[in-house]
Amino acid sequence: MNWRETFRTALEAILSRRMRSSLTMLGILIGIAAVMLTVGLGQGAQAQVRAQINQLGSNLLIVSPGSTTSSSGIRGGRGSASTLTMRDATALASRVVAPDIAKVAPVVTGSQSLAAGTTNWTTNVVGTTPDWLQVRARSLAEGRFFSLAELNSSAPVAVLGSTTATELFGGRDALGQTVDINGTTTTVIGILNTAGSSTTTDEDDQALVPQTTYSSRVASSGNAAGVSTLYIEAASTDSLSAAYQEATNALLATHGVTAATPDFTISSQQSLLTTATSTDRTLTVLLAGIAAISLLVGGIGVMNIMLVSVTERIREIGLRKAMGATPSAIRRQFLVEASTLGLCGGLLGVILGLVGAQVLPHFLSQPVTIPAIATIGALGIALIIGIVAGVYPASRAARLAPIDALRSE
Amino acid sequence: MTAAFVAGAVSSPILRLNDVGKVYATGSLAVEALRGVSMQVERGEYVAIMGPSGSGKSTLMHILGCLDVPTTGSYDLAGEDVSTMSEAALANVRNRQIGFVFQQFNLLPSLPAWRNVELPLCYTGMARAERKERAINALERVGLGDRIEHRPGELSGGQQQRVAVARALVTDPALILADEPTGNLDSHSSADVLALFTELHDQGRTIVLITHERDVAESAQRIVRILDGQVDSALPTPAGNVR
Repeated sequence: MNWRETFRTALEAILSRRMRSSLTMLGILIGIAAVMLTVGLGQGAQAQVRAQINQLGSNLLIVSPGSTTSSSGIRGGRGSASTLTMRDATALASRVVAPDIAKVAPVVTGSQSLAAGTTNWTTNVVGTTPDWLQVRARSLAEGRFFSLAELNSSAPVAVLGSTTATELFGGRDALGQTVDINGTTTTVIGILNTAGSSTTTDEDDQALVPQTTYSSRVASSGNAAGVSTLYIEAASTDSLSAAYQEATNALLATHGVTAATPDFTISSQQSLLTTATSTDRTLTVLLAGIAAISLLVGGIGVMNIMLVSVTERIREIGLRKAMGATPSAIRRQFLVEASTLGLCGGLLGVILGLVGAQVLPHFLSQPVTIPAIATIGALGIALIIGIVAGVYPASRAARLAPIDALRSE
Repeated sequence: MTAAFVAGAVSSPILRLNDVGKVYATGSLAVEALRGVSMQVERGEYVAIMGPSGSGKSTLMHILGCLDVPTTGSYDLAGEDVSTMSEAALANVRNRQIGFVFQQFNLLPSLPAWRNVELPLCYTGMARAERKERAINALERVGLGDRIEHRPGELSGGQQQRVAVARALVTDPALILADEPTGNLDSHSSADVLALFTELHDQGRTIVLITHERDVAESAQRIVRILDGQVDSALPTPAGNVR
């Protein structure tokens, strides 16, 4: 009997016991659908985190002052002063020193009280340069960002996040209004588009002023050139690691410290991504374990039904043997039958999984992304389960003595 | 076809049992089902093996049908010694040389008549179209040319047994082995099936029929009587039945 013939016989056997076959397939179906959705949820969550981090700005490196030493202490600059300065920003922005760095946005921040008329609102005030907008991948809903001239002249202008604008001015148009920041009166020249919720801070609740304005007018005291963070945009995703190296070398040189004792830390999106996904991974592994168990149970179901089938069709097996079926032909027939059950269950499971991937996000507010490789992999797993579950029943059928099989009632 | 079949076969007997013994070991108990059976059947012969239940005729049928192997002695079928063959080789011999007709018909209820008849051909590697053609030819030969698509459940007992005979014929085997073929049939259908065997014998087929009924055995050319696992006597049937 050739393979096509064997497959047809297996299909006929499955179709002649419809109810039982579909219940058996159900076990595999549920397992495969569970695997697909688990993978899909994991992938979806990862994609979501990646999107959130990309939102912070593309190809972003973040330089923060201080560095964690091996003894878990923080090595800072002299006193409590930040080790990062505007000079660092200028050095990094140089095409000669760091050709792979596209733009640098130094940022100095502090929590300040804002007042518009009688309304007060305390929020994060950011002093920065005009490049901030591009480096952080933000855009303006209305108005404009401050210019280089305004930076150089410490102009009293401010750009507000959408939440901040709403809090201070309610429904009224904030553009052109004045806001008192820690006693300094500034004019609102622009409103940022919403960034969506970020993992750590609310990117929509902040006020931006020129760095010079911040250090000379807003900040109550402190180092005029000191900054709290440097945001660096690499020229491209591929040059991110080159930019990382250049920034490290340039900062080591300007600070006059060695690589063994840095007084700054550079983190990339990749490291943020790793942190964010590690928690998701724990959940994914847990869910995958449950899915694997349900697949195992499904496989046992196939094996069980194949054993019943062999017992039930003992006369048919005897007859086929009498008609000249060799033990291996019988073994093949039952193996193909079991793997067909597995594969059909897998196919239906994949369909259910794909439907679930469309439906589930509406209930979970969690994206479900099923990669093509997972679909193919799931089918492969279902097939293998069918084969493995069929081995024992099939060899039992193959070993039956034809006379015993024919004699049974 | 029949002529060629007979012509190529003149010299040797189609089957020869030489001092065949069979012992079944069930636990500590050994049952001697056959004790030194020697017999032979020539090509074109129609032989009935007759004996009461417990005589060992079923065991003999299993050995003749290559469904079981003898414990002692040898068995030559169509020139091959089959008593020492492996299971897979025996399956091949059954497929090529033997056509079975069982008491219980043993048809697969889910398949139409022609699919039942083609079953032995499925294990020969023959193309599907040819298998169907030969199955239909065999059904026509047993007078069921108009029942090709009927399932066993839609056929009478006699018709079902005729489908089984067609299945036994379809591979053109050296030997047709019928085990109590009338045991499940009424007298009318029994006569019908026995007439079919006589007709096949007239066409040159070698038939061995196992039964416990004298009048069924008497339709054969020769009767081999089995008693207590031994050949009791091998007498030709009354002259009127010899063809």
